[in-house]
Amino acid sequence: MTLDTQFTDQKFKLVGSRPDRPDGVDKVTGRARYGADASAPGQLVGAILRSPHAHAKIKKIDTSKAEKLKGVKAVITSADLPDLTNGNRGNYDILENCMARGRALYDGHAVAAVAAIDAETARRALSLISVDYKVLPHVTDVDAAMRSNAPIVQPHVRTAGGEPSDKPTNIAQISTFGHGDVEAGFAKADKIVEKSYKTEQTHQGYIEPHACLATVGPDGQGELWVTTQGHYTFRNLCASLLGMDIAKLKVTSSEIGGGFGGKTHVWMEPLALALSRKANRPVKLVMSREDVFRASGPTSSTSMDIKIGCTNDGRITAATATLRYQDGAFPGIWGMLGAMTAFACYDLENVQSVGYDVLVNRPKVAAYRAPSAPMAAFGVESTIDLLAAELNMDAVEFRLLNAAKEGTKASYGPTYGPIGIGPTLEAVKNHPHMHAPLGKNQGRGMACGFWFNFGGQTCTDLNIGVDGTVNMTVGTVDVGGARASLSLIAAEELGIPYEHVKCNIGDTASLGHNDTTEGSRGTFSSGMATIFAARNAIEELKSRAAKTWDIDPEEVDWVDGEAVAKGVEHSNLGPLSLAQIAKASPNTGGPIAGHSETVADGAGVSFASHICDVEVDPETGSTRVVRYTVVQDAGKAIHPDYVEGQFQGGAAQGIGWALNEEYIYGEDGRLQNPGFLDYRIPVCSDLPFIDTEILEIPNPNHPYGIRGVGETSIVPPLAAIANAVSNAAGVRMDHIPMSPPRIRKAIKAEAAMHQEVSAG
Amino acid sequence: MAGVHVSTTVNGDDVEFVCPGSESLLDVLRNRLGLTGAKEGCGTGDCGACSVTVDGQLVCACLMLGAEVEGRQVQTVEGMAQGDQLHPLQRQFIENAALQCGICTPGFLMAAKALLDRNPDPTETEIRYALAGNLCRCTGYDKIVRAVSATAKELSQEATTKGSKKR
Amino acid sequence: MLEVQLSGTLRDAANGAASINIEAATIRELLRKVVEQYPRMAEKLEAGIAVSIDGNIFRDNWGEAIPAQAEIFLLPRIPGG
Repeated sequence: MTLDTQFTDQKFKLVGSRPDRPDGVDKVTGRARYGADASAPGQLVGAILRSPHAHAKIKKIDTSKAEKLKGVKAVITSADLPDLTNGNRGNYDILENCMARGRALYDGHAVAAVAAIDAETARRALSLISVDYKVLPHVTDVDAAMRSNAPIVQPHVRTAGGEPSDKPTNIAQISTFGHGDVEAGFAKADKIVEKSYKTEQTHQGYIEPHACLATVGPDGQGELWVTTQGHYTFRNLCASLLGMDIAKLKVTSSEIGGGFGGKTHVWMEPLALALSRKANRPVKLVMSREDVFRASGPTSSTSMDIKIGCTNDGRITAATATLRYQDGAFPGIWGMLGAMTAFACYDLENVQSVGYDVLVNRPKVAAYRAPSAPMAAFGVESTIDLLAAELNMDAVEFRLLNAAKEGTKASYGPTYGPIGIGPTLEAVKNHPHMHAPLGKNQGRGMACGFWFNFGGQTCTDLNIGVDGTVNMTVGTVDVGGARASLSLIAAEELGIPYEHVKCNIGDTASLGHNDTTEGSRGTFSSGMATIFAARNAIEELKSRAAKTWDIDPEEVDWVDGEAVAKGVEHSNLGPLSLAQIAKASPNTGGPIAGHSETVADGAGVSFASHICDVEVDPETGSTRVVRYTVVQDAGKAIHPDYVEGQFQGGAAQGIGWALNEEYIYGEDGRLQNPGFLDYRIPVCSDLPFIDTEILEIPNPNHPYGIRGVGETSIVPPLAAIANAVSNAAGVRMDHIPMSPPRIRKAIKAEAAMHQEVSAG
Repeated sequence: MAGVHVSTTVNGDDVEFVCPGSESLLDVLRNRLGLTGAKEGCGTGDCGACSVTVDGQLVCACLMLGAEVEGRQVQTVEGMAQGDQLHPLQRQFIENAALQCGICTPGFLMAAKALLDRNPDPTETEIRYALAGNLCRCTGYDKIVRAVSATAKELSQEATTKGSKKR
Repeated sequence: MLEVQLSGTLRDAANGAASINIEAATIRELLRKVVEQYPRMAEKLEAGIAVSIDGNIFRDNWGEAIPAQAEIFLLPRIPGG
């Protein structure tokens, strides 16, 4: 049966309602099991020794004393992880990031690991490992790393997308996007604003540290219980790095205590497996919060130059962006993503964005919710505000005048279908928040944001029990309530109550491959696979009803959870409910199931516009967000509570990024604030209620019109808050986070300049 | 390794355990008593995911030693529901969608209960400050504050009804 | 004949060309012919690629049909958070 992915404007009975989530009771009673909550008989405790140096050659590692300590069952170094990557540089980088191979590339880089009978013994064992380092010069700043005399992080790297050269460089990649003739465009401009911006490195800050329980036997079979956004991806990668057969490594995703992109990547799981293999005992390995900050997935710090020109009547004639993103110690594509997303909100005739991916001695950068888009949006949306001010034009009107729409050629290339940037801007324009009065020292700002969203390989199995309840297994991880949404979809399709569906996250042994739950794809992709699986099950249900009635399956319809015989000649046959058909299933052909293995491609791009009011204390430079509104296109909100939750959570993360959060490196290249005390994420008393408005502009490539909602909400906040702070404090803020010292400094500098001007 | 023998009460039940003197209450609860509802998010008292009460006082279990609970009353999230009846906070958290990933939820429930026990009618600001020691990275706290507020309202209505019945 | 636009560093593998002309009815055929014409593209495909057909981005579905006169962009494969 061919299954159409096209949007059909189906009328819903359940989708769009707000039932209790199925994993709610487990999570409020403490029963839900996360990464660190599993145990196995005879398990050992793993621990990792990390480099205290930002950059060093590892001359020698002596593990002999640690090995002799009573209770130590395995000690590993890179020698225990032979290179099986077969020329795959991406995999080699992952292997080297998990465990240093002859050189430590950042403060916190793993150099050795132990497994012992308890945590205390494991800690003592680490202190007995001696590592002979030759400290090398390091670089942690993105601009400094681009200079020709900078210490080289990866000697093999040459610039992709640049002039061919044999000279080692920290510029791993230059990516250019755009169209038209920007020089000619700027020549036509009446007003041009050009400005440089910086943003500091932030961490996803999931509350649950990385944790796993690994078991590998001498027979080459293994199991891994792990907190992850992609257990299939972890399985494939771990098996490949350790030389195991994919089929013989079963990976189970635990409940996940937040990921935001940081759990799309293996950090220490291969080490747990290697320790277990060596000790032939289960090994539990849990990162400390300090390890999480020093050695797992932060996002890039950046440095940017933005230039935008427009005519006096407010039409943008040209725009350029030069975006320098650091990737940490291994090449990534983060600058490229910044360049792709920077101008995606606008309809531009002449546009060029250039992204630089730059290596520094910091941890390997990982995806963080709409990766790379928030920083570029900060630069672009700040510049847009400056230009609107130059024109004396309302900032929303200026954006509306230049907003992308259906048929616009996106700055990253393709032509847009139906999109939501215009409608989100209209909603902002008409929102009461936009017209509410402001108090003393308060300012209002708004900004737009874009993210692609993705689909990918996805499986759903749906098994109907003899009592008519439905057991559904999906392969995407539930990071924020997806089981509720997917249960709604299954119940909607089958025409049964929501409570009759039980949704499980399958382990890697129970379903085919599922791509990682990233790119806002959970509800989009598994939603699609669930629709298909349910429709397949309905075909089977109809055929069972036909058998019961001894009529042709073609003569059976499925209406509101019941099989109905079509036509007047069958008017004597009463409908058969799903439960009735299920009850008879042992005698009509056995278990009834529906399944779908699909590639859910065609995820719809999504846009958001945010409004923010802040109050800045001019004495201390301290900023308080007093009101915040998120408007975003969801395509279709399946369970609106959890769509709102995504909007609010993204906004809160953006607020932290904008005002507080930053990695602080010392001159010695060591991270100075690897803890929640000094790396301060927003707490409850920092924030107001976050208002949301869900727009539903259907994605034409999904039966329900779903676009994916998880990521876009973190894109506008940096810029919206920067615009608000700049309006409140009367000075343009160009460096994120806008911490009190930075704001005070900017206010003082502005005052000094005014004094000079008035004195002169 | 010399252990410390500790007799205490956890969620109303008498419990005995032996642990090294340096072991945190959190490790005792999780690794010795099998109560994994309290989570370790930081180990330094900054995130509140390990919030429990000791003699009614809200504490971070990661900052107390197991040996310190000798003869005291420890309450964890596992003891919050009465039989098959969820505590109103637990129910309101579910109904208000006040959790996404849920890792911080046990800590928030314990902190919110400690608040409502001493202040049955908190303002929004009081709720926000009472919960400021608990980090949540998913929700932006919006629905958490609403759930606590709704619980306070529910409990005060219950109290009024009971009160009027008495009269 | 399709005009296939190349994005970002993919141009490197096509000797700097911003677009290339290829006759293809599916993504699979398109990618096969791209590699035939520009062998260095094989490495880019290995690293991950996405194909935009009239504005819809496909990352995996190589059987996807390409309509005549479609707007085609080859993009590097993009991860999410």
